[in-house]
Amino acid sequence: MTTPHPQALISESLRADFPILEQKMHDKPLVYLDSAASAQKPQVVIDSLSGFYETGYANIHRGVYKLSQDATEAFEHARNTVRDFIGAAEARELIFTRGTTEAINLVAQTYGRSALGPGDEILITEMEHHSNIVPWQILCEQTGAKLVVGLMDDTGTLLLENFAELINARTKLVAVSHVSNALGTINPVREIIELAHAQNIPVLLDGAQAAPHMPIDVQALDVDFYTFSGHKVYGPTGIGVLYGKAALLEAMPPYQGGGDMILSVTFEKTEYNEIPHKFEAGTPNIAGVIGLGAALEYLQGIGMDRIAAHEAALLSYATEKLEEIPQVTIIGTAKEKAGVISFAVEGIHPHDLGTIFDMDGVAIRAGHHCAQPVMEHFGVPATARASFGLYNNFEDVDMLVQTIQHAMEVFS
Amino acid sequence: MSDLRALYQEVILEHSKNPRNFRMPDPVDNFANGINPLCGDKLTVYLHVVDDVIEDISFEGSGCAISTASASMMTQRLKGLPVEQANAIFEQFHELLTSNIDQETSDDQLGKLSVFSGVREFPMRVKCATLAWHTLQSALSGEHADVSTE
Ligand SMILES: Cc1ncc(COP(=O)(O)O)c(C=O)c1O
Repeated sequence: MTTPHPQALISESLRADFPILEQKMHDKPLVYLDSAASAQKPQVVIDSLSGFYETGYANIHRGVYKLSQDATEAFEHARNTVRDFIGAAEARELIFTRGTTEAINLVAQTYGRSALGPGDEILITEMEHHSNIVPWQILCEQTGAKLVVGLMDDTGTLLLENFAELINARTKLVAVSHVSNALGTINPVREIIELAHAQNIPVLLDGAQAAPHMPIDVQALDVDFYTFSGHKVYGPTGIGVLYGKAALLEAMPPYQGGGDMILSVTFEKTEYNEIPHKFEAGTPNIAGVIGLGAALEYLQGIGMDRIAAHEAALLSYATEKLEEIPQVTIIGTAKEKAGVISFAVEGIHPHDLGTIFDMDGVAIRAGHHCAQPVMEHFGVPATARASFGLYNNFEDVDMLVQTIQHAMEVFS
Repeated sequence: MSDLRALYQEVILEHSKNPRNFRMPDPVDNFANGINPLCGDKLTVYLHVVDDVIEDISFEGSGCAISTASASMMTQRLKGLPVEQANAIFEQFHELLTSNIDQETSDDQLGKLSVFSGVREFPMRVKCATLAWHTLQSALSGEHADVSTE
């Protein structure tokens, strides 16, 4: 542990924006290395929630009184912030959902159910999160369509040639994670989109692990659907985003029926509202949207480029340190990776590692990461996973290494 | 003793590294599968019961140190015992893991299994320690349904 740390790319003072990090766990300073599961919240997000409830709260899109108008404005302002954050052309292309999971289910049940029939295919990859597998399996059961899976190699890199071969005239949708949560692999999404578009097939990107870590530009990508979760971008839980190109969204049938998604209702005929409202039935998670807006503005203030560079530095430092420990195997060694490092320690089950880490105040994830096919590929039941957020520093990585050594002592 | 040392006692680590009765009998007479979806632990408990006595018991699978050691020590403790006594021991074992009552009572039938008392301080790990036992119960009931800790 004598090597000097690389130059920090993000000011240490940003760490102070996150009140939870001041806590102790089992009398040790909390080292939070589980941001891929969910990120901690900066004070500005916490304040935006309490401030909204204290002074700004009312239902939206319905009241004629000022409080409701202001709440509606704040809500739609947040939609604009999201538009800006991912570079969408128009705010109406952004639909608020409960999270990535609901966003993918929405596409499966609306676009999917209307566009797919028996024999049609949905193409995904071997490294998907369960939330980008199961909604498609349900859709396949409903429509008689077939789920096709692109393979990866033993570094966790998608086999692009194999993937290209799997695209054919029956493929009706390509759905791929932008970044794998279990391995950290950044997928070649530009190439994937080009391949699919060459045959007029729309592409959905699961951006749950990409949006927190790198700049996203949906127009530059020319992606058709993009999804991410508020809680992973330092925002509140229970809120997420589906981006869809306007023409696609307009052609899609609604998801749920109810208030707000209609223009007029009679018992004979109901006219649906315009997008995005057509897909936002019922009173939405208003505070969640406000908090998400605050989180994205906070990230924009720092700059996603800087965050990406900071996390890349942490990843390369951590990779180097873990590679120095002979008993450690890193699972997921693709060339392009985001700040996720899955690993195994010889002779110690990840679940035991998780407990020992916890006693040292280090929060990591141990398990299958909702990606059981990935575990199967690598022949392990589970892995330990450390993942980085903008608040992590090189000392956190040193603690990770120390704790692995501690675990090896306990088990020796 | 620190909580960690109390959890990972020598005996437990030793059993997790060299599990006893870790085999599939031939022929298989009765078995059940258990899984803990949280951590991916999977094991199969095999049984041979004659006249309500556990003549043979063994297991296979992969899991954390706590679940493997618990399965290993369970097979050692229960081999040769009547089913009724095995059930009583499971009850005591479960109490050891979840309650704060001191187990040194007169009818203590746990024997070496009492090394698992450290699990009490780690509520998240109780399911690891009981996975093999729940699986055993499923095998005893003869239902062959897969057991899940969730
Ligand atoms: C790659 C990926 N996709 C989807 C999800 C699901 O996100 P949520 O649980 O927020 O809906 C996750 C969260 O773990 C993820 O990592």
